[in-house]
Amino acid sequence: MSGLQLLWFLLLAVLFIGFFFLEGFDFGVGMATRVLARDENERTQLVATIGPHWDGNEVWLITAGGAMFASYPLWYASLFSGFYILFFLVLVGLIVRGVSFEFAAHAETPRGRNIWRWALFVGSVVPPFLLGMIFTAIMQPLPIANDNGAYNVYATFGDQVNLLTVVGGVAVTLLCLMHGLNFIRLKTTGPLRDRARRLNAKLAWVLYAGEAVFAVLVFVFTDFFQKRPVSTSLIVILIVCAAVVMHVGALQNKELLSFIGSGLSLSLVVGLIFNGLFPRVLIGVDPANSLLIKNASASPLTLSIMTGVTCVLLPIALAYFIWAYVVFHKRIAPLNS
Amino acid sequence: MLFAIDVLDLARFQFAMTTVFHFFFVPFSIGMALVTAIMETLFVLKKDEMYKKMAKFWGKIFLLSFAVGVVTGIIQEFQFGMNWSDYSRFMGDIFGAPLAIEALLAFFLESTFIGLWMFTWDRFKPALHAVMIWLVWLGTTLSAIWILAANAFMQHPTGFAINSETGRVKLVDFMAVITNPQLWVEFPHVIFGAFTTAGFAVAGMAAWQLWKKRDAVFYTKSLRIGLWVGLVAVVAAMGMGDLQTRFIIKDQPMKFAATEGIYKDTGDPAAWSLVELIDTEDHTTKANIEVPYLLSILSYHKLHGSVKGMDTVNKELEAKYGKDKNYYVPVKTLFWSFRVMAGGGMLLALVAVLGLFFSRAKNNSLARKRWLLVTLGLTLWLPFLINTCGWLITELGRYPWTVYGLYTIADSISPTTTAGQLWFTNITYFLIFSLLGGVMIYYCRRVLFHGPDADLDTDYGVSADPFAKEAFVK
Ligand code: HDD
Ligand code: HEM
Ligand code: HEM
Repeated sequence: MSGLQLLWFLLLAVLFIGFFFLEGFDFGVGMATRVLARDENERTQLVATIGPHWDGNEVWLITAGGAMFASYPLWYASLFSGFYILFFLVLVGLIVRGVSFEFAAHAETPRGRNIWRWALFVGSVVPPFLLGMIFTAIMQPLPIANDNGAYNVYATFGDQVNLLTVVGGVAVTLLCLMHGLNFIRLKTTGPLRDRARRLNAKLAWVLYAGEAVFAVLVFVFTDFFQKRPVSTSLIVILIVCAAVVMHVGALQNKELLSFIGSGLSLSLVVGLIFNGLFPRVLIGVDPANSLLIKNASASPLTLSIMTGVTCVLLPIALAYFIWAYVVFHKRIAPLNS
Repeated sequence: MLFAIDVLDLARFQFAMTTVFHFFFVPFSIGMALVTAIMETLFVLKKDEMYKKMAKFWGKIFLLSFAVGVVTGIIQEFQFGMNWSDYSRFMGDIFGAPLAIEALLAFFLESTFIGLWMFTWDRFKPALHAVMIWLVWLGTTLSAIWILAANAFMQHPTGFAINSETGRVKLVDFMAVITNPQLWVEFPHVIFGAFTTAGFAVAGMAAWQLWKKRDAVFYTKSLRIGLWVGLVAVVAAMGMGDLQTRFIIKDQPMKFAATEGIYKDTGDPAAWSLVELIDTEDHTTKANIEVPYLLSILSYHKLHGSVKGMDTVNKELEAKYGKDKNYYVPVKTLFWSFRVMAGGGMLLALVAVLGLFFSRAKNNSLARKRWLLVTLGLTLWLPFLINTCGWLITELGRYPWTVYGLYTIADSISPTTTAGQLWFTNITYFLIFSLLGGVMIYYCRRVLFHGPDADLDTDYGVSADPFAKEAFVK
């Protein structure tokens, strides 16, 4: 394994962390339009918090996907073709979600508007749930066939839908919801802000339970604790700590603290997966058929060009990306009905 | 039997359907960003509120197109991995980089600044606000360059070697990939096609409103801006099309011969067929309406020179790549698509000239020329058709290759994908696209119906505006 390959493995982790951190609260706000908001005015207030940002946040997924294609074409090819239907449903979710913002603004009747608000909700629940399933599915050994160096994943239904993946999906969805609630606490004034805090404090208990179950399942279903006992245990402990931080922030009304806590939780889950996979990218039932970092990547030339390009472009993109958050830093107040 | 359709056909159908659908909105968004930016710049320069109203009004249509463009684009990116995994493995070393750069360079730019542009009308100074829309436009245009770089490689591979161990493509010269001559005839053609699309779309919608006798000043001005953009762009697109034609004569002679429906080598000088009946079994053509010399002129810009027919090209290809493949492309589709594209381009230019002439400030009689308004209203749809025809030529004319001369379509497919999955996804996509397309057209019509004076802030989600006055309570 070369240094460049390692770098790109880490960069992919960073890009996916960026995606879950940013789109995570986006999804959460989308879920909150039904879970937290009581009427259309409140929903509108919620949507306004992410209105200018959601597309930019989604670009993190597009970048992560493109970067995976560029740096690990074999991983990209096997992953996306192996989990065909799950990815397809993710896409459907993202499609209805993506158009809902614009279409809701044009709807002229409460009913029409409501349809697109539901599209937003469904499109905010389905993708994190399914992505959670996919990411926990690849923690487990998969039926991979070498097929002349193609490493095709012949994932069965059971490989995609099992106890770990369902719990994983629920956990990611829950984390996104809580992250969204924390974002709402940071970005709104009025009743929603306080209700988000109280819901967050309550959900924290569900999260603790979920994390305990998840840790046990990871132990049973994957080889992460066997292969890297120290780092895996450490990350699991950190995930729980992050949940505690979020909880404390909710109890003591420290909004930024909670937001950091939920953001860290999501980031650490991605970290857990990448850490456990290393030095593989897809785990074969037969270890000989595991797809490894060392044979899944693009050529050194492509990797170095991509490294140069990313070093120049990512900081620039980050600068205006952050500037957009600064421009829209004001809290959104409730609408006068 | 329906179910006899195999995985390959289903995946190809899916690719065609999703990219064609994506490419209804792509040129529309790219061009609308430009038209909107021009209108807003006019506002900044002339300080005339009408141009601001104009930019806001047409901007609404732009945003609708952009939304659908974005969601259909995500499908494209994932589709390579899902349906064409062997292709992705083969091409990964070259293909991924442009895609990732497109995201880093272009998608971040357009998505961030479109958010800023939408919500900062009353917050930024006009000039700064106009910069936002120009940056969005820049993003869309940069995105076109990078994705077309990937496409150009598939048409005309450069800067690569074949990895002897894996048999896959390996990058050896990145500069050669982005200075690919195919790219630099393809990109200008596509981008001018995009400007054409939006120019005529704006003009067509404005003409329709004039026909209904609404706000004459506003719509006449809009129409003229649209037609100017459209006219310049369509002429440029045709010029670039000429360069492309002369490029593919050498590069992909089969594609060229098919667009001209030539089986046997032509005489010298070569005559050009306006229409003909093609028999793909016997390799003959009938009922030609021919223009002498014209094909030589079009192909070589000279009064002589013959053009190779498909039968000859086929022999050359068999000698080069083996007899086990079929090198004939779908001739009829290419022949007629080419005529729609080139003929359509000329028709558009003509309509633009007429529209500009009759709406000139000195003697504006447009509102009374009902036939012209109707024509303009109808030509709205033509660029969309032309773009699709262009892509059909480019992509079907590459048959049987996905990467010209290197990798076939049949090899590209995902081995793990099943017909059942593809039926399910094809049908679902089809339903979703019908819905999105329908809703998008419906809402565009509503925007037109409400007109430029509709109170933007109630009509267009007050609510979603974080700078609405209520928003400042802390
Ligand atoms: C000539 C230009 C062009 C072409 C050939 C394509 N696209 Fe596209 N694409 C754009 C020009 C564009 C754009 C103008 O940048 C879009 C369309 C409208 C829009 O909103 O952005 C876009 C959107 C868009 C998005 C969403 C970006 C976002 O969220 O902001 C993705 C992921 C892709 N495209 C990917 C693709 C792929 C993988 C293609 C290959 C089949 C493809 N596009 C063909
Ligand atoms: C958005 C504009 C585009 C349109 C409308 C378009 C259209 C098409 C069509 C009609 C086909 C033929 C499907 C068939 O063979 O039945 C096709 C195939 C294909 N195109 Fe494109 N295309 C576009 C852009 C691109 C780009 C930018 C790329 C790559 C970067 C690309 C890659 C492919 C691939 C991989 C196939 C599948 C193989 C095949 O069937 O030929 N296309 N496209
Ligand atoms: C006399 C006019 C025109 C000529 C001679 C011409 C020529 C061509 C040729 C030869 C191709 C195939 C290129 C290839 O396979 O590599 C092409 C593709 C295409 N054309 Fe045209 N064209 C003309 C007008 C137009 C107009 C007016 C538009 C749009 C409004 C347009 C849009 C396209 C598009 C979108 C493609 C596919 C992408 C590409 O390969 O560039 N064309 N054109």
